[in-house]
Amino acid sequence: MTAAAKVATRRILLDVRGVSKSYGGQVGCLDVSFALYPGEVLGIVGESGSGKSTLLACLAGRLAPDTGSIAYDTKERGLVDILSLSEPERRRLARTDWGIVHQNPRDGIRMDVSAGGNIGERPMSIGARHYGKIRAEAHEWLNKVEIDLARTDDKPRTFSGGMQQRLQIARNLVTRPRLVFMDEPTGGLDVSVQAKLLDVLRGLVHELGIAAIIVTHDLAVVRLLADRLMVMQRGRVIEEGLTDQVLDDPHQPYTQLLVSSVLQV
Amino acid sequence: MIQVMSSNTETSKGYNFAYLDEQTKRMIRRALLKALSIPGYQVPFGAREMPLPCGWGTGGIQVTASVIGPADRLKVIDQGADDTTNAISIRRFFKKVAQIVTTEKVDEATVIQTRHRVPETALIEGQILVYQVPQPEPLRGIAPRQIESRKLHAYAEYGAMQVTLYEDVARFGYIARIYEYPVMVNGRHLMSPSPIPKFDNPKMQNNPAIQLFGSGTEKRIYAVPPYTSVRSLDFDDHPFEVQKWKQSCAFCGSGTSYLDEVITDDRGGRMFVCSDTDYCAKRRGAQPGTSEVAGSPAGATAGSSS
Repeated sequence: MTAAAKVATRRILLDVRGVSKSYGGQVGCLDVSFALYPGEVLGIVGESGSGKSTLLACLAGRLAPDTGSIAYDTKERGLVDILSLSEPERRRLARTDWGIVHQNPRDGIRMDVSAGGNIGERPMSIGARHYGKIRAEAHEWLNKVEIDLARTDDKPRTFSGGMQQRLQIARNLVTRPRLVFMDEPTGGLDVSVQAKLLDVLRGLVHELGIAAIIVTHDLAVVRLLADRLMVMQRGRVIEEGLTDQVLDDPHQPYTQLLVSSVLQV
Repeated sequence: MIQVMSSNTETSKGYNFAYLDEQTKRMIRRALLKALSIPGYQVPFGAREMPLPCGWGTGGIQVTASVIGPADRLKVIDQGADDTTNAISIRRFFKKVAQIVTTEKVDEATVIQTRHRVPETALIEGQILVYQVPQPEPLRGIAPRQIESRKLHAYAEYGAMQVTLYEDVARFGYIARIYEYPVMVNGRHLMSPSPIPKFDNPKMQNNPAIQLFGSGTEKRIYAVPPYTSVRSLDFDDHPFEVQKWKQSCAFCGSGTSYLDEVITDDRGGRMFVCSDTDYCAKRRGAQPGTSEVAGSPAGATAGSSS
């Protein structure tokens, strides 16, 4: 309850209003509105084809929505519609203030650059020019995501899937973004590796106070990470609320189906 | 137009002056002007088929053909030497198609076409240095798609280039790249000085001469105007350094020039000599190359004359 009170006094970080995107006659997402506050983790769940990834791509500025506005609280200018930003400004935002964690680590990390180089890329892209400091920062982050420092100079292609995913997270969080987009961060990993990744993620998100939007079809992930939950079906948001509330007392038939289809071990 | 006509009549062999037709030269000059006004920016141009294979200097030869005039004196170097096959052929080519005077001396030349080296002798205002460039794109290894690498240039997003230097230091303990060492031109555009050794990078900085770069295969032209800042990328704690040799040149004794290692026999005998033949000859005081002897191999070839 105190957390809710604290959130209410903060400024909105991301204000999404009436975002729609269709591919010809095919609906991607329809009239999605929500507000995200600093430090808040929002989960978006839904079956495949429900528009989760389309929505995330719109929010991250990778896809232009047909209608609607997406306002982000930039450091310099306050709330700005990201669709009105020029491409270089948006790219700058994406590599400093935002992080994007892809489902497949191959899309998010450079496979032919060492782990240290991968983590150092963002600092170097915003002007870091001291090798020793870049290296120290890379070590610090490898520690945080529990990758052995002896692997600093190894190429990610020699890493396991879970390590690659953790490296991708470190690479994104090194510039201390305020908002991270995650698309199925645990997809394709086995259950024990998932658990470890989630543990690391949860620790980092809470330690750094990062706001995150996590798209997943895995209810366990949102149960562990998300403060708030949106359920999507056929491009629409059909239910939203606090995670525990939605999962423990689902109102919509689809949400009930979704919750009941998870095996209780 | 009159000049075009007159230069046509002067060419006895049936070529237009300097081989290329006037429209092509105009197109290339336009690209050169654009390149000079945006230092380091790669300007696309319609490279023509030239009578030598790709990779032998088709870009440089087209740039030279577009800037050279009947009064110019041309010097061509390959690996620093005036007497290598490529240098001789290109010099002979321009003697034939433009009837111009060639030289091996930097001081006499007004246009110098080069591959691999910037002459040791300091260039002066009014001289033009034309580089033959095999690969103009410094970001090629980082962003293989040109649509992306052009964006990186447009938005000056050069962090990934620094990552390649980081990788060097992480693996070897120092920046191991010795040629094609990336530079920032005028504080804005990342540029590949292409095949020159990093030893020559500092010579590009604030050079009084005009530096033009042509890549025929990739159809790109770029330029560094006189007195422009050309900074080699580095780290604060791993500053840019040029190569050093323990030896001096075996011929002229120079301790400051770029040295080539020459194998002299099959029992491990070797010596180090200046790669810049003109500079070496000048220091020895016996200048073998003079105007109008271009095409005949210059006297002191490494190994044979020692």
